[in-house]
Amino acid sequence: MTDLTELGVAQIRDGVKAGDFTAVEVAEAFNANVAAAQEALNAFIVATPEKALEAAQATDAKRAKGEDLGKMGGVPIGMKDLFATFDVQTTAASHILEGFKPQYESTVSQNLWNAGAGMLGKLNLDQFAMGSSNETSYFGNVISPWRKQGSNAQLAPGGSSGGSSAAVAARLAPAATGTDTGGSIRQPAAFTGTTGIKPTYGRCSRWGVVAFASSLDQAGPMAKDTRDCAIMLEAMAGFDPKDATSLDLPVPNWEELLSADLSGKTVGIPREYRMDGMDAEIVALWDQGVAWLKDAGAKVIDISLPHTKYALPTYYIIAPAEASSNLARYDGVRYGLRDLPEGANLQDMYAATRAAGFGEEVKRRILIGTYVLSAGFYDAYYTQAQKVRTLISQDFQKAFEECDVILAPTTPTPAFALGENVDDPLSMYLNDVFSVPASLAGLPAMSVPAGLSKDGLPLGLQIIGKSFDEQGVLNAGLALEARAQFTAKPEKWW
Amino acid sequence: MSTYRIQGATGEWEVVIGLEVHAQVSSQAKLFSGAATEFGAEPNTQVALIDAAMPGMLPVPNKECIRQAVRTGMAINAQINKYSRFDRKNYFYADLPQGYQISQLYHPIVGEGELVIEADEKAGIPEDKVIGIERIHVEQDAGKLMHDQHPTMSYVDLNRVGVALMEIVSRPDMTSPAEAGAYLSKLRTILRYVGSCDGNMDQGSMRADVNVSVRKPGEELGTRTETKNVNSVRFVMQAIEHEAMRQVDVLEAGGKIVQETRLFDPNTGSTRSMRSKEDAHDYRYFPDPDLLPLILEDDFLEDCRNSLPELPDAKKARYETELGLSAYNAQVLTADVDTARWFERLLAETAKASGKAPAEVSKQAANWLISELFGALNKLGTSLEESPVTPEKGGDLLALIAKGTISGSAAKQVLEIMLDTGDEAEAIVEREGLKQESDTGAIEAEIDKVLAANADKVEQYKGGKVALFGFFVGQTMKAMKGKGNPQVVNEILKAKLG
Amino acid sequence: MSVDTATVAKIASLARIKVTEGELEAMVPELNGILNWVEQLGEVDTSNVEPMTAVIPNTLRLREDVVDADPLTGGGKREEVLANAPVAEHGFFGVPKVIE
Repeated sequence: MTDLTELGVAQIRDGVKAGDFTAVEVAEAFNANVAAAQEALNAFIVATPEKALEAAQATDAKRAKGEDLGKMGGVPIGMKDLFATFDVQTTAASHILEGFKPQYESTVSQNLWNAGAGMLGKLNLDQFAMGSSNETSYFGNVISPWRKQGSNAQLAPGGSSGGSSAAVAARLAPAATGTDTGGSIRQPAAFTGTTGIKPTYGRCSRWGVVAFASSLDQAGPMAKDTRDCAIMLEAMAGFDPKDATSLDLPVPNWEELLSADLSGKTVGIPREYRMDGMDAEIVALWDQGVAWLKDAGAKVIDISLPHTKYALPTYYIIAPAEASSNLARYDGVRYGLRDLPEGANLQDMYAATRAAGFGEEVKRRILIGTYVLSAGFYDAYYTQAQKVRTLISQDFQKAFEECDVILAPTTPTPAFALGENVDDPLSMYLNDVFSVPASLAGLPAMSVPAGLSKDGLPLGLQIIGKSFDEQGVLNAGLALEARAQFTAKPEKWW
Repeated sequence: MSTYRIQGATGEWEVVIGLEVHAQVSSQAKLFSGAATEFGAEPNTQVALIDAAMPGMLPVPNKECIRQAVRTGMAINAQINKYSRFDRKNYFYADLPQGYQISQLYHPIVGEGELVIEADEKAGIPEDKVIGIERIHVEQDAGKLMHDQHPTMSYVDLNRVGVALMEIVSRPDMTSPAEAGAYLSKLRTILRYVGSCDGNMDQGSMRADVNVSVRKPGEELGTRTETKNVNSVRFVMQAIEHEAMRQVDVLEAGGKIVQETRLFDPNTGSTRSMRSKEDAHDYRYFPDPDLLPLILEDDFLEDCRNSLPELPDAKKARYETELGLSAYNAQVLTADVDTARWFERLLAETAKASGKAPAEVSKQAANWLISELFGALNKLGTSLEESPVTPEKGGDLLALIAKGTISGSAAKQVLEIMLDTGDEAEAIVEREGLKQESDTGAIEAEIDKVLAANADKVEQYKGGKVALFGFFVGQTMKAMKGKGNPQVVNEILKAKLG
Repeated sequence: MSVDTATVAKIASLARIKVTEGELEAMVPELNGILNWVEQLGEVDTSNVEPMTAVIPNTLRLREDVVDADPLTGGGKREEVLANAPVAEHGFFGVPKVIE
């Protein structure tokens, strides 16, 4: 019999529907993998095998009665621990939320359960989704299942959705939710040979997702391939009246409309992304991507996104500013950690609780954010950043007058070793150089595994699309995928 | 121009006053959540997940709150901003779960407007005065802390968190406590007319932050202080008086006024510094990224405008010109929307019951309401709202007078009984036999009897002792047990006596 | 612009994060590194540019004024609201006594 944990979303959905295997068998297989890998990979903060089984039993029962199983019927998934899950600890990988059991379910997770998916557990991440390596989690690093050839050094699975990327790469889950604020789906997907898409801002409801930077946060799927992402995104997305920024648009049938034929499409190659000192392997892969898309029938043109170099600094003003305010609610009064030193007054309690409850990177960003919003600095930093953000967005609009999608690398390097960048926040931030611009413009963007580095580590290519055109992104992703034939998997060592 | 001055040791001082009024918007649900806004509920029972700032919770604005703010703006002839935004005001306090208040700093929904306070000689306001209003913005209320329930803890109740407030910011156009009091009263009147705030100051539905500074006449504006959360017209006036005097004392002693937040103590009528809230407030306002720009469409604005009632100034003018009421009566009847509504129903009922035009019975109705019913209700310690005499019943009573069915004095009796029993006027008149006789034949018969019995006095009257007229009236009324219509009695007597 | 220890201490106080002297010392160069880097935005000419307000052109939706229309956004859920409180008594949240 096939190893069920080698299957992806579509295969499981179809197999369960066809009766090739039961949903319970699938859930049990993945539950076993989750348990076996926990010590080595630390991908989950909490495992919920009973939830996975419960959902699987419900799917099997439905099938017995001949009912519709849903878009994700019988598919167990991992849930990034940024999504509030009813009565299941939700921490954002922070100490300050340790033990917090929401009495509500996020819209996106509820949509997935309604579509027949089950929850394997809550996935580890960078604390409050702030990080690119998963090293800021209070619950310890996630270890990438990938290793360099001939090395046992522990690698970063990317971040912030590092638990998600590691879990999918290590076959602990056929798919997982991620969230992307500046690259937190695409960068970990690239680092682990998985596929992830951040949809247009507003496609997936933010209701019940622990907020990092409200104007940037967007949920999306991480899975083995493009088709699986399309299926899962259909289940996650949709208008939510509880989120004032939610897009009031129908969810397209992305899976059904998938097509790797790019005839008549134009792909833009942004010249500003070709940066000095760029990794030769990445440049080569990018060129290879151009060739593949041409092969798929697309016309390829050079485009210019002149404000690209300002995207990261813009991001590192706006995201911390919003975060400094979004994270003010963690004060030890209504939930989570309270640190009340002897004789402390209310304000002392806040300061002590927040000092004990937030990790270093979170504090750093809160302080930056507080500073850039403070009296006398607001216009120079925040207002200027929002103006530059307008320019960045306009760059894309102009480019999309000439092309349908943009092809770029996802990351400037393959996965780095854990500990490599921790002492230098700036060099860590530079990881998101290719992913941040699309986030600032709210555009759909996807990372597709496209090759291996000379050390045998996965490399990803990024497709950026027009607002609302997830289909264009997915189709270009499919075209790359079909040609890249990326089948590499981390050898099981855990 | 107000003549209000403070006499200091170094001469006269002027007072400059601006008010920031927080008015709770009348709505069923909160500004950004579906929790109820009702006053006086059990602690934390009207709290939605977002009001408690649970992680991942998001605000969605309540249309009614926006509508009421717009209508209020229209009622003060203000500029309505079709583009506005919500901003976050960041600070930490236990009554503010999000760690920020959602408010509007940079782009408020309502811009420049104004209202008129009426001349009031006695209060030192010689003529009508226009007070500028700088802006109205919409924001969230905070929760409530109880300090006296536990020896070492304060208790937090979030029921009020997220209730919609309008902050109505005046220009520093007021120069005496009386003007400030009149402004607040007038604002309250307008809000109640519009229906955007119940104006209930006891329950905190309206409260004012009072900005006060003093200066020598003709000099530059002085440094101001802000006295927070003053919750009655009287207290606002007291706070200004006290604060202005204090500032004069400080300045005349060679000191400086510190720009600070102060607290009003209703028990002593004085203000004191609120140092605890002073520490380094830097609110780090920025546009709330959870909320997009608020764009008001023309048809929405049109609906708002069409739904506005007749406002107090217009109503007062109409009462004077169309209904012929005195300026005083028109002012009294329009000062509160409930009174005006009551009066208009009374007027309609009276006109209907008496078959006369409203303008014919308006003075009678106004006088009766102001001098009879208000007095009676006052004695009973009750309000118009709870009056056992409804406008319908009052109209019936007034129609009985208008038609001559009962006399004015009988009407007083009927009112007393109505207040007591709640019975209909007609039933009381019937039961108590208060109907007056207007049948000329019956009256004439009685008069003939009286004149026949007093032939000597008739002679004396005809001889010039006209004062006896009253005697004949009295005798006739006596014979008729007081029920003769005095007007008819007079007319017939005059005719008979030549 | 660069920050010194006093400024960082003030920001930390505004953000209600207690920091030790040692932490302060370490943060100053880190924050300056980041601030100096983001200040390159100053070289962009934005004189005729509006700050971004909505990343995807969209306007604010308003909801109807109905109490508890959706249980997820309504009130009447004191137990759920207090369920995770570090200190809750008699239906209230408890905090160290505040003297106003």
